[in-house]
Amino acid sequence: MESLTQTIQAVPLNHYILLSAIIFSIGVMGVLLRRNAIVIFMSVELMLNSVNLLLTAFSVYRGDASGQVFVFFIMALAAAEVAVGLAIIVMIYRNTNSIDINVLNRLKW
Amino acid sequence: MITLIIISVLPIVLLYLGLYKAQKALLPVTIIGLLAALAAAVMQWTTNDQPQPIYNGMMLFNNFSVAFSVVSIISTILILLLSKGYFEKISTHIAEYYAIILFSLAGIIVMVSYHNLTMLFIGIEIMSVSLYILAGIRKKDFASNEAALKYFLMGAFSTGFLLFGITLIYGASGSFDLDVIRDWVVTHPRNIDPLFYTGILLIIVGLCFKVGAAPFHFWAPDVYEGAPSLITLFMSTVVKVAGFAAFLRLFSACFSTIADFWMPVLLVITIITLFIGNITALYQQSFKRMMAFSSISHAGYLLFAIVALGAGSANAVFMYATAYSIASIIAFGGLILVRQQTGSDNFEGFNGLAKKNPFLALVLTVSMLSLAGIPLTAGFIGKFFMFSGVLAHYNVWLVIIAVVNAIISIFYYFRLIIAMYFRSAERAEVEVPVYYKFVLGFSAIVTIIIGVYPAFISGLI
Repeated sequence: MESLTQTIQAVPLNHYILLSAIIFSIGVMGVLLRRNAIVIFMSVELMLNSVNLLLTAFSVYRGDASGQVFVFFIMALAAAEVAVGLAIIVMIYRNTNSIDINVLNRLKW
Repeated sequence: MITLIIISVLPIVLLYLGLYKAQKALLPVTIIGLLAALAAAVMQWTTNDQPQPIYNGMMLFNNFSVAFSVVSIISTILILLLSKGYFEKISTHIAEYYAIILFSLAGIIVMVSYHNLTMLFIGIEIMSVSLYILAGIRKKDFASNEAALKYFLMGAFSTGFLLFGITLIYGASGSFDLDVIRDWVVTHPRNIDPLFYTGILLIIVGLCFKVGAAPFHFWAPDVYEGAPSLITLFMSTVVKVAGFAAFLRLFSACFSTIADFWMPVLLVITIITLFIGNITALYQQSFKRMMAFSSISHAGYLLFAIVALGAGSANAVFMYATAYSIASIIAFGGLILVRQQTGSDNFEGFNGLAKKNPFLALVLTVSMLSLAGIPLTAGFIGKFFMFSGVLAHYNVWLVIIAVVNAIISIFYYFRLIIAMYFRSAERAEVEVPVYYKFVLGFSAIVTIIIGVYPAFISGLI
């Protein structure tokens, strides 16, 4: 455990922040630009995972476990969200035979 | 705490009732359970000024959380009474619907009584995941499908922003606990980390998505229009109120000392929200969609309390939220009844309603007057508290903009009254079940009582 903490601390904190911000931005762009519901969904997961990475890094640098506990909560709730989200996508696929969100224009944006 | 336990156990009991085909017992058991939860919440009312957080600082049940729990529970009871006979038309398995609504309510209770950012996140997620399901309960209906998917994608997206904000605040201050964050802000007044500022902005974005404030409102009209009316009612009243309670709790507990930084951002969001909500509502042909835009504009008024953060903010939000919830319950109750007869959500469906259904037309008029903020109704008192809080901060321009918007809103609310009283149409009498009569009459009476004699709830928090 001690060596693991030291390994994580070998990289400066700023690099973790930058990396997470970049991954988060990729996720945001994915949600805004892609048209496929599953890909949008994956981009959201990318956003959540960048948060997990950053929380872990902060937690190690501060020597405080609560950040890592938060990561577990995020993982559990993301799994619940995946279950509900995929069910919704399957429901739509049954009705429209497509998961392209451009099909969903019956209500105007 | 007992409130939260009752509301969490109740849905599991309901699922078992559904398993053993006790369809008739569902609604009575739900209502009795919610009344017990309500009683437990009222018992927690304390005169003690400094209640202590429980569970290692995770939750804090003070008068603020009691007041908002009570409003949420009462609104949910009224909404569930309207659901008599509503879910049966959608599916034969109705126990799940009640259970999911109650799970969502459990999340709301967590949202109004959190004392740690972890619990804020968990509360918001419990509420949202339940709502994603509820928005899509009409499985064969395209509009409902679309509403569920849009709500889900936008909700998950905004959760990402909220989480990134929470993480940055954790990185700067080293804790998720509201007290520790507040102390950290107070002890570092000059050289606050840029991380912390970015964190506050991202939290504002995430929470504004959840409460449907412009420019993050674009999902709201579609979701509100596509979801079944009863679920729209739940989303636009209880959920919105809980969102604002969580918003206010976070900002008044942690960030009030650095208000100079985030206040201008929220001010701009408030003004955009008011104009977009009100002006777009003018052009709507569908009553349901009009109510969606009107709920966006009410989010703008509710943001006033956070812009002008002070000792009276909690009270102002409480008054406004109560008035708004009760009036919306009447409006959507009327809409559900009229829609059952005419099959459309448009204003034309209400033409000539006053001749055949004087009672329904009267309560709908009270509700529209209250939403528009006409004196002698609860809506006026709510707006009065909001505006006086802003005036106390010498923000005269904001009040002028708000009054202009209140005048715009009169046009679209009065369209319904004109349709009901002055347009004639051949129509049969709308059948109003006893449950509806009780809920609509009760809500109308409460609206007028608060409007005439506000003192009995205004001094609570």
